[in-house]
Amino acid sequence: MEHVISCLVENKSGVLSRVAGLFSGRGYNIDTLCVAPTQDANVSRMTIVCRGDDRIIEQITKQLNKLIDVIKVIDMTAEEHVERELVLIKVACTAATRADIIQLVNVFRARIIDVDLKTLTVEVVGDARKVEALIELMRSFGIRELVRTGRVAILRG
Amino acid sequence: MRGAQIVVDALEREGVEVVFGYPGGAVLDIFDQINRSKKVRFILTRHEQGATHMADGYARTTGKPGVVLVTSGPGATNTITGLATAYMDSVPMVCISGQVPTAVIGNDAFQEADTSGISRPVTKHNYLVKTVAELPRVLKEAFYIANSGRPGPVLIDLPKDVQQAVLKDYSYPKKIEMTTYKPTYEGNPRQIKRAAEVIEKATRPLLYCGGGVVRALAHEEVLALAERCEIPVTTTLLGLGSFPETHPLSLHMLGMHGTQYANHAMHECDCLIAVGARFDDRVTGKLAEFAPNCRANIIHIDIDPTSISKNVPVTVPIVGDCKRVLTQLLEVIKPKKHSEWLAQVAEWKKQYPLRYKKDDELRPQFVVEKIYEVTKGEAIITTEVGQNQMWAAHYYLYTKPRTFVSSGGLGTMGYGFPAAIGAQVAHPDKIVIDIAGDGSIQMNIQETATAVLNNLPVIVCILNNRYLGMVRQWQEMFYGRNYSAVDLGRPMDEKGRPTDGLPDDVPPYVPDFVKLAEAYGALGRRITRKEDVVPAIEWAIKARRPVFLEFLVTREENVFPMIPAGASVKQMIGGLT
Repeated sequence: MEHVISCLVENKSGVLSRVAGLFSGRGYNIDTLCVAPTQDANVSRMTIVCRGDDRIIEQITKQLNKLIDVIKVIDMTAEEHVERELVLIKVACTAATRADIIQLVNVFRARIIDVDLKTLTVEVVGDARKVEALIELMRSFGIRELVRTGRVAILRG
Repeated sequence: MRGAQIVVDALEREGVEVVFGYPGGAVLDIFDQINRSKKVRFILTRHEQGATHMADGYARTTGKPGVVLVTSGPGATNTITGLATAYMDSVPMVCISGQVPTAVIGNDAFQEADTSGISRPVTKHNYLVKTVAELPRVLKEAFYIANSGRPGPVLIDLPKDVQQAVLKDYSYPKKIEMTTYKPTYEGNPRQIKRAAEVIEKATRPLLYCGGGVVRALAHEEVLALAERCEIPVTTTLLGLGSFPETHPLSLHMLGMHGTQYANHAMHECDCLIAVGARFDDRVTGKLAEFAPNCRANIIHIDIDPTSISKNVPVTVPIVGDCKRVLTQLLEVIKPKKHSEWLAQVAEWKKQYPLRYKKDDELRPQFVVEKIYEVTKGEAIITTEVGQNQMWAAHYYLYTKPRTFVSSGGLGTMGYGFPAAIGAQVAHPDKIVIDIAGDGSIQMNIQETATAVLNNLPVIVCILNNRYLGMVRQWQEMFYGRNYSAVDLGRPMDEKGRPTDGLPDDVPPYVPDFVKLAEAYGALGRRITRKEDVVPAIEWAIKARRPVFLEFLVTREENVFPMIPAGASVKQMIGGLT
């Protein structure tokens, strides 16, 4: 099962390598990883999306907690939380398809952020289901490039 | 104060008595200070790997962190095996490595290596110190991290310019302020109560003790619990010494080369109390068939939460220091009798003792038995890795913690000899014996110079079968006797004539360990007959000098009992029939 693990770490050099090394060294897979400082500049938050059965996820959270530079680990999947991902899609367009694409983008409350004669660049923000749905729809027009931030998540309330 | 002076001052304040290591360009400033220290003794080794294993042997037999000082690049990379060995077996160690100046880090400078990157997976924590201002805190934290919680090695990579930089207003920190690292020592009282209930309900309980009991010195508490509730005790390889093997409740070692009775007891027990052990694959064998009758009643006491429920799901997990948790448990648990279970265990012990062929041949098991008899079990025994290690575990009875020193987790050949030197540094008046194979001993044999020049009377008992014995045993048992790359001597035909075409004066095997010992200024003796074993050991002990005793033992001896890798107790091979 997929889990979203949120990890507060000291904002120091080498911490990302410790976390990434832990996953690769123990054979766990990272689907997405997003890192940036929090409101406290000394602390960064890593949001890690990974897969595994309960035993593996338990090991991942314990092993993360064991790292000296890790402050706190939360498995968001077990809690009420909100997830978002930002995706940029550069989609092929012609005079004939441009209107259709714009219409779909509007339905998804996404935005066109760059226009060219042959392409449109779409920015979409949402949870996994929403962005995956739009990506699927865009495929039929021909995706030239796709850039994803990876997911971030925050607990409710 | 300059960075290098701060390092030496910190070593003194941390109570470090001895540092093992090797100098080089990037660490010269610290070497310029360390030989001025009146408190810190520096021992020059012949290889950085030797230094790490010496620090490891020192740490395992004292409980104090072993300290290593090496230079950058190859100096640091040579410590990796030693760090990994210490990490796997939870040994406290602080390794300080020189590094090229900060200005050239990343430029492929002479003797530059990404030491913090390379050592990251094999250390509990590591530091690259970029300014002298952070150095005092880093040193303080390193010693604290190394020897608290689950102990382990910590590496400090120290660029040359930081060693030379001056820090005004230096003072060594008195307190540790780490918000992200707080090991748990006390057990949760509710869990302790649950554990007591589970144990009180059991009819066939078993204690399974690992290296954690030795690290925490929880042996008295284990003994008290075992006697109060009549619980037989088996130990892992690293747990040897956590329970007196001369005690009637002792089942000795379990696992792949454990005793048959320990493995039967593990299979039949209805309640398992794991203390400071981690359900390693060499203990469990096939997980699905491991200890099938106690799965609903497993209590696991360990200071490292990641060890709990990693391989085997646990009923009552208790995170904490083994000694404190057992003390808490002893406050609540009631005495209990298990006469039927003990009778069964005694029956297995009678039925399946450890055995080897007793004839006129000089067999390795006999040698270890005699080492035990002559030393009356009072020596510190270190081992190399392979058959010698298993026989040292089987035929010497350990009664006290910190008397058996062996690379269990990583299985590092070449560990035992430098570890013995480190143990002898810590215990100059004790008898320290490395039980070695002719393969392993050659992996750090250069440290003979260190032993001789520092007057460390380590005794190396080489069980010489001219084979890499354990690998040969596996090839015999599982690869149809296709002996591939295990013969350490010259290839011979059936009549014992060399077939390699080398000159006649090349001996059938090399080196001549007796001559080698003498070349280093140590003593050496070769033993080929059973009756010479005891006199040789007595002679070596009396010599109070480094000694190699080379025992020419039967070549194709196997270690039994054995549960093949990935198999269960049902496939256990007992050995002699």
